[in-house]
Amino acid sequence: MPEERIKQSAAETANDVRSRRISAVEVAEETLAHVGAVEGRLGSYLTVLPDLARAHAMHVDQRVASGEDLPLAGVPLAVKDNMCLETTRTTCGSKILEHWIAPYTATAVARLLEAGAVPIGKTNCDEFAMGSSCENSALGVTRNPYDPDRVPGGSSGGSAAAVAAYEAAIGLGSDTGGSIREPGAFCNLVGFKPTYGRVSRYGLVAFASSLDQIGPLTRTVEDAALTYDAMAGYDAMDATSIARPVEPTAAALREDLRGLRIGIVREFDSKALGDDLDGIYRAAYGDLERLGAQLVEVSLPTADYGVPTYYLIAPAEASSNLARFDGVRYGLRVEAADVRTMYDKTRAAGFGPEVKRRILIGTHALSSGYYDAYYVRAQKARTLIAGDFDRAFARCDLIACPATSCPAFRFAAKSDPYSMYLMDYYTIPMSLAGLPALSVPCGWSTPEGGNFPMPIGLQLCAPLFAERLLLGAAHAYERATQHALARAPLLEGVQA
Amino acid sequence: MPAQSIDIRYVAKLARIELTDEEIEIFGKQLGDLLGHVNALEKLDIASVPATAQVVESRNVTREDTPRPCLDRERVLAEAPQRQGGFFRVPRIIAE
Repeated sequence: MPEERIKQSAAETANDVRSRRISAVEVAEETLAHVGAVEGRLGSYLTVLPDLARAHAMHVDQRVASGEDLPLAGVPLAVKDNMCLETTRTTCGSKILEHWIAPYTATAVARLLEAGAVPIGKTNCDEFAMGSSCENSALGVTRNPYDPDRVPGGSSGGSAAAVAAYEAAIGLGSDTGGSIREPGAFCNLVGFKPTYGRVSRYGLVAFASSLDQIGPLTRTVEDAALTYDAMAGYDAMDATSIARPVEPTAAALREDLRGLRIGIVREFDSKALGDDLDGIYRAAYGDLERLGAQLVEVSLPTADYGVPTYYLIAPAEASSNLARFDGVRYGLRVEAADVRTMYDKTRAAGFGPEVKRRILIGTHALSSGYYDAYYVRAQKARTLIAGDFDRAFARCDLIACPATSCPAFRFAAKSDPYSMYLMDYYTIPMSLAGLPALSVPCGWSTPEGGNFPMPIGLQLCAPLFAERLLLGAAHAYERATQHALARAPLLEGVQA
Repeated sequence: MPAQSIDIRYVAKLARIELTDEEIEIFGKQLGDLLGHVNALEKLDIASVPATAQVVESRNVTREDTPRPCLDRERVLAEAPQRQGGFFRVPRIIAE
């Protein structure tokens, strides 16, 4: 029953391939056939890799036959197109890298392949991961599988749509201010950002280096844990990766929350989100309590400054990181008589409007005369925000709060840049503090004027390095509530 | 904090991006608006707060200065917009 098999979790597929009930090649063929059937409606992938998928699947079958125990044997993997996979195009959703072929493989991707995952393709994203809807991609449109008139979220929206629509079991994303958690919430998935430095950034095209972190988008918490366990840990190729042993999280999944104190953030009162979402979040907090957790009120008094702080720090780092795209060594070049004009014209033609805006604001914030007023002030605000979390975690083990302020919105609904920036209001503070956080499905809400109920995400956040606790608790909540199962994605019959 | 205006032409020159007149107008307005929002940070009392560049433990990473394998030169140069022999080729930088 291929129809049922593509809906299997990564854990189930890996079990079946390991026990040779099915081959990795069969899984890959079924997945590729399904991608072929639904992709025209969704646009999750910028590049589908049938030949590479088949080659990897054959290799996995050989390894299984020779007795290797692969935790992700044959699991279909979708990789956000800002991560390098040797011999494949890595575009970052940008014209400036539209035809660039990666000469090496990112560590996180390499570790998943080593664990037996099979790469199905590279997924769409906001250009250089700058955005919250995938609408900033210069190379394609991705639709939400639960309503094709709505965005999948972003920037890891292609990976989210792919996993929600069973075009892969694991989607790799990167999260700088919410780019895994928000599309996870919008597409009814678990979207998990580990502690900063837990997963190597080697081979992830840099956006804001003090914030970027790779993580999984999956249909179950267990799959997120398996993925994290396979890719986390020190990498000599990333100087900011943390040299600290990784305790496996898949062995720490809980069935209840007894003995845990969960902080509810006073400043994130869900009343501000309207009756519908308020009801959903109150019910979610109630479920946490029923599972045995003790709810305590905590305060993050400076969290409200997260968005302005982020929109100085992230663009400043981006303006520096994206200086490398100059038409000299790789990517697009617009020819000109002198090198200065070549730079100016290459970057004008290669970058889209959002990337230009961020480079400009970052350049301004770092420029002489403004550096202290903007960049240093933002770094000090970052200290205050991180301090808020330290104080909150003295009173609780985990924090629960909304993942987003609304369900997935319609295309072109956030044409004013700042209104799009506010989409990351609830996810940015954790990013600034480097904390591990995830979104997990917590209910359904039909937006005003919408045709379908859309998924809503609960965000859980833990202290630095407490991934075991975070995933363990999310698992208990997921098992007890099963919100993710309430509605299937629209894969037939509904056209945009 | 400084006034919420931004000299787009100057910043674009620093950032090496050629902008059209239309972009200068639109970005000028949008970025002025953003600066208005980030000026909210003025309300924070940060006089005695240290700056945070990175939240998680970090240290300098050093290694012996010895050669080790790296990406193959041909493979890297294959991605160059223009090459000449073992080099990236660019337009003339120094006038004759």
